[in-house]
Amino acid sequence: MKVRANFSLVFNLDKCIGCHTCSVTCKNVWTNRKGVEYAWFNNVESKPGIGYPKNWEDQEQWNGGWELVDGQLQLKSGNRRTILKNIFQNPNMPTIDDYYEPFTYDYAHLQNAPLSEATPTAQPRSLIDGRRMEKIEWGPNWEDDLGGPFKHRGEDQNFRNMEKQVFAEFEQSFLMYLPRMCNHCANPSCVAACPSGSLYKREEDGIVLVDQDKCRSWRMCISACPYKKMFYNWESGKAEKCTGCYPRVESGLPTVCSESCVGRIRYNGVMLYDADRISELASVENEQDLYQAQLDLFLDPNDPEVIAQAKADGIPDSWLEAAQRSPIYKLIKDWKVAFPLHPEFRTLPMVWYVPPLSPVQSQIDQGNLETSPDGAIPKVEDLRMPIKYLANMFTAGKEEPVVLALKRMIAMRSFYRSLNVENKTDLAVLEEVGLSEQQVREMYRYMAIANYEDRFVIPTSHEELRQEDFHSFQGQNGFTFGNDGCSISPEASLFPDRRKKTEDILQFVRYHPAAKRSDGEKV
Amino acid sequence: MNIENTLFGVYPYVALTTFLLGSLIRFDREQYTWKADSSQLFEKEQLRKGSILFHIGILALFFGHFAGLVTPHTVFLGLGISDMAHQIIAISLGAVFGLLCMMGGVILWRRRMFNPRVRANSRFMDIFILDWILVTLAVGLITIVFSIMHVIDGDASTMVALADWVQSILTLNPDYHLLDNVGFIYKLHLFLGMSVFFLFPFSRLVHVWSAPLGYMFRPYQLVRTKFVKSR
Repeated sequence: MKVRANFSLVFNLDKCIGCHTCSVTCKNVWTNRKGVEYAWFNNVESKPGIGYPKNWEDQEQWNGGWELVDGQLQLKSGNRRTILKNIFQNPNMPTIDDYYEPFTYDYAHLQNAPLSEATPTAQPRSLIDGRRMEKIEWGPNWEDDLGGPFKHRGEDQNFRNMEKQVFAEFEQSFLMYLPRMCNHCANPSCVAACPSGSLYKREEDGIVLVDQDKCRSWRMCISACPYKKMFYNWESGKAEKCTGCYPRVESGLPTVCSESCVGRIRYNGVMLYDADRISELASVENEQDLYQAQLDLFLDPNDPEVIAQAKADGIPDSWLEAAQRSPIYKLIKDWKVAFPLHPEFRTLPMVWYVPPLSPVQSQIDQGNLETSPDGAIPKVEDLRMPIKYLANMFTAGKEEPVVLALKRMIAMRSFYRSLNVENKTDLAVLEEVGLSEQQVREMYRYMAIANYEDRFVIPTSHEELRQEDFHSFQGQNGFTFGNDGCSISPEASLFPDRRKKTEDILQFVRYHPAAKRSDGEKV
Repeated sequence: MNIENTLFGVYPYVALTTFLLGSLIRFDREQYTWKADSSQLFEKEQLRKGSILFHIGILALFFGHFAGLVTPHTVFLGLGISDMAHQIIAISLGAVFGLLCMMGGVILWRRRMFNPRVRANSRFMDIFILDWILVTLAVGLITIVFSIMHVIDGDASTMVALADWVQSILTLNPDYHLLDNVGFIYKLHLFLGMSVFFLFPFSRLVHVWSAPLGYMFRPYQLVRTKFVKSR
């Protein structure tokens, strides 16, 4: 067992109102720059829909993520040789129109236009080549609230193995929002695909980053990420991605998207997992078992054996304590109401989702639907959204876990309705879904009230533990001796600017202990 | 001072020094700018055709020139390759890969000049270096015509002179007189070719140094720690 901590998130889709505050705050902080105007480290999609970039979920088209070849994990875009062979052109790379052509408007025209009868207008202009755009034809959220014909959004991959045509009917249509960001995976395919080794996962918190100095614009990560959350900055020629807002997280603050979420749907916390079991669990044969496999990857932070090993592996006490209080752990493991997005990509994502219930109120009012005995709360089977659709999204099609999660959320509502309306404690609804009263009260606190300090349990990074000899860095934080970030290596430079190293920048590359080569050899 | 000495006695060292030292300094001080600078995000189809042909051609040409010019004369003779055979191999491989490279290069050039998105986001050097390589390549292809005439005349002296000159440069024993009987078109190709090395560190060509062969032997996952051991 090798215990590693991962900064993780859960999004409670049941409360997402699709306001895009997360996307906008993220964009204002991270991607309001030339070259990444089109990039949204965080975006919110209306589902059903093909999303951003177009049809990203279809790995037959993009070849992202992993697949099993003779029982071994291999990038779906090919083995190492194939990836190097494709370095002159990446056949799986999206182009800008798969995202959208970024644009601005001729705002100055509103002020500079000569006097005229008609009000001057600000026409759109491409940010790529500066040309006037007659018509804007696609954007990061073009399908907002089921915009466009069903023929188009019906291409959504989550309709697979479903009779989807019924949902083209207005009366049968359904809608949910899907906020998406980098999943900071435990088995990231972007890292694995980077020919120059510029992408890496941080040992301390699991955040996946790009070393901007080492990126050589081979662009294999862009296509290897099945979630299409690697972006190519066309101005700098470097890959960029969600940073997990690490400067905030290191200080114990939630990510910008989480902090600004008005629906309080985002949870930030620590998960412990067994790094020795990554390749074993990411390569289980049946893709419907991957949800359970990832549950098995997570370690119980209250297990004395795990605690002992975590301490041995250098995990600070404050991180252990945060893992024990982690809202993520409660949602994922204790209550089993959260799921990974597309576990079949085999990247072991660390951003999980609570599936949404869907409204049926008017149908209940009209007496069209059966309800639970209390006469007010609908049954899971009656929900507007097909379970199969959610299961295709979260469990590679396995319906039982999703049904249980939704039933538990309904049971929580039923329990609290009895409590508040009829002033009685209805334990029967809880027994049916295997929850205790204490559990459901806690669920209510975390999921319905969702206080700030319950949603965000983020231990600070331990800068004081960075140095084995902590005196060696005393009084020097923030001071460097010049052009520090880039040189041949931290050890060597053509123009050495100091006599002796005082502080070393991030440099020790350690290989994943559980990583396997494509030929199956343990590294 | 005479022009021949400047171009073929001094300039090779200026170009090589700039190439090596310039690359080192850029890598040391400006690694953020060290990249292939792909424009595939803007255009995919032309790139697919052009880039593959161009890269196969230019890599083969580079290694072909290297092997043909740097290998000592005696080694070729020792291997039983006569000068004439050497010249015929050089002409045929050079023609095949030169044409492949030219086809790819023209596709890339048209794309860079006439695709509005790619053009709008090309730096001066992106266009200049591509133009320069294509002109060098075109002159190189023209030399093939002269080399074929040499073969017909049974004369390998130009090729031998070129190889001797390159080796005189690399052994720090420059002798521009070796080129006295070499035709103008070859000398033009030499100048253009040396200049590619001169321009190399100032252009996107630096990505050649970073050919990621290490990827073949690397484990998939990379983890970095911030932990600093005491020393």
